[in-house]
Amino acid sequence: MVTGTSVVAFKYRDGIMMAADCLGSFGSQARFRNENRFMQVGSNTLLGASGDISDFQYMKHALDDLLTHEYDMDDGQSMGTKSVYKYVSNIMYGRRNRFDPLWNAYVVGGVDGGEAFLGYTNLYGTTYQSDCIATGFGAHFAIPILRKRVDGRADEISEEEAVSILDECMRVLLYRDCRTINKLRRAKVTAQGVEISEPYVLETNWSIADNVVGYGA
Amino acid sequence: MTTLKPGEVNLGTTIMAVKFDGGVVIAADSRTSTGTYVANRVTDKLTKVEERIYCCRSGSAADTQAVADIVKYHLDLYTSQHDEMPTVKVAASLFQEICYQNKNNLSAWIIVAGWDKQTGGDVFEIPIGGSLHRPEFAIAGSGSSYISGFCDKSYRPGMSKEECIEFAKNAVGLAITRDGSSGGVIRLAVITKDGVERQVVYGNELPTQYTG
Repeated sequence: MVTGTSVVAFKYRDGIMMAADCLGSFGSQARFRNENRFMQVGSNTLLGASGDISDFQYMKHALDDLLTHEYDMDDGQSMGTKSVYKYVSNIMYGRRNRFDPLWNAYVVGGVDGGEAFLGYTNLYGTTYQSDCIATGFGAHFAIPILRKRVDGRADEISEEEAVSILDECMRVLLYRDCRTINKLRRAKVTAQGVEISEPYVLETNWSIADNVVGYGA
Repeated sequence: MTTLKPGEVNLGTTIMAVKFDGGVVIAADSRTSTGTYVANRVTDKLTKVEERIYCCRSGSAADTQAVADIVKYHLDLYTSQHDEMPTVKVAASLFQEICYQNKNNLSAWIIVAGWDKQTGGDVFEIPIGGSLHRPEFAIAGSGSSYISGFCDKSYRPGMSKEECIEFAKNAVGLAITRDGSSGGVIRLAVITKDGVERQVVYGNELPTQYTG
């Protein structure tokens, strides 16, 4: 099966920022190198996916159907972020109860009525909300960095600083996760709406390789 | 693909060696992985066992280090006793003996390459199981699957030293791009009668390739 690795996300001054690489891994093979693991849901919600890509595509379809239904209702209401989050997490929990999970970890982020929202849900239907969320390897490597740089000061962080925090997290993951590539997408949600960037690459430093000879024997 | 014991550290890897008139070019990536964690991103998999004989290690990091250390000891003793350098064939033979007799307990896929006075440049490959092979060029490790086609299409007998270096850089670079168990920098070494020149190609300076 084709899988995606970490999604890293946090709240900053203007809303939510997320990053994920563009890789769909096929076991250890870096097979699909132009995947988009983000989905815009409605006008103000962003979904970032890790895990099974086919299950993510199923979820995308389910959300498209939901939005189509809402459009058909034509009642002047629009899908809020918290509603999207509840919908996704309920599907996840429902599938878990039937022993037929969607093998994913999702990050749902959005700006609703001026307030930023960031939530997590996964194949078990577990949910939590926080200023900083990361899935997969990101939970081990990015969260400590995010906790140091974001916790308690999310509304002080400018867009520029937010990008540098994301880059720092994604660079560590690039160095230490076998299932990444150096091609990532950044996405943000602000009061103005959802923006998913084009793929970009990170600077890396390999100068420590020069001094390594042998393995110490 | 590899039968590592639980928790064992894997050399995932792409390694290769190419013969040319006057020596060999050997190349390797620099990633050591434990599961999907990169335990070492700047590993040196090109291991000296004698002044002009190197081995490229892939498979279990522990197993290949242990085997290389033993072969190094034996070659050191050989040099002292014979008062001359062993041939690459001798080194490869020692590797084979250990890998074959301990086949049930080892996870090692090794390339032995170097220069000796008798033959000039020489390349040997010892895959899992401990058989010995003597190809013109050898590719090994999990990343090698992705570059068999590229290597078969690009290799020509009688390439110059510079052409072999480009061939190795491109091949290992392509494998690093596709194999999750390979990565980091490309380490190269050119072994001739005059010595061993080592080179490093950084992970962000790989030869150009389509990365769709």
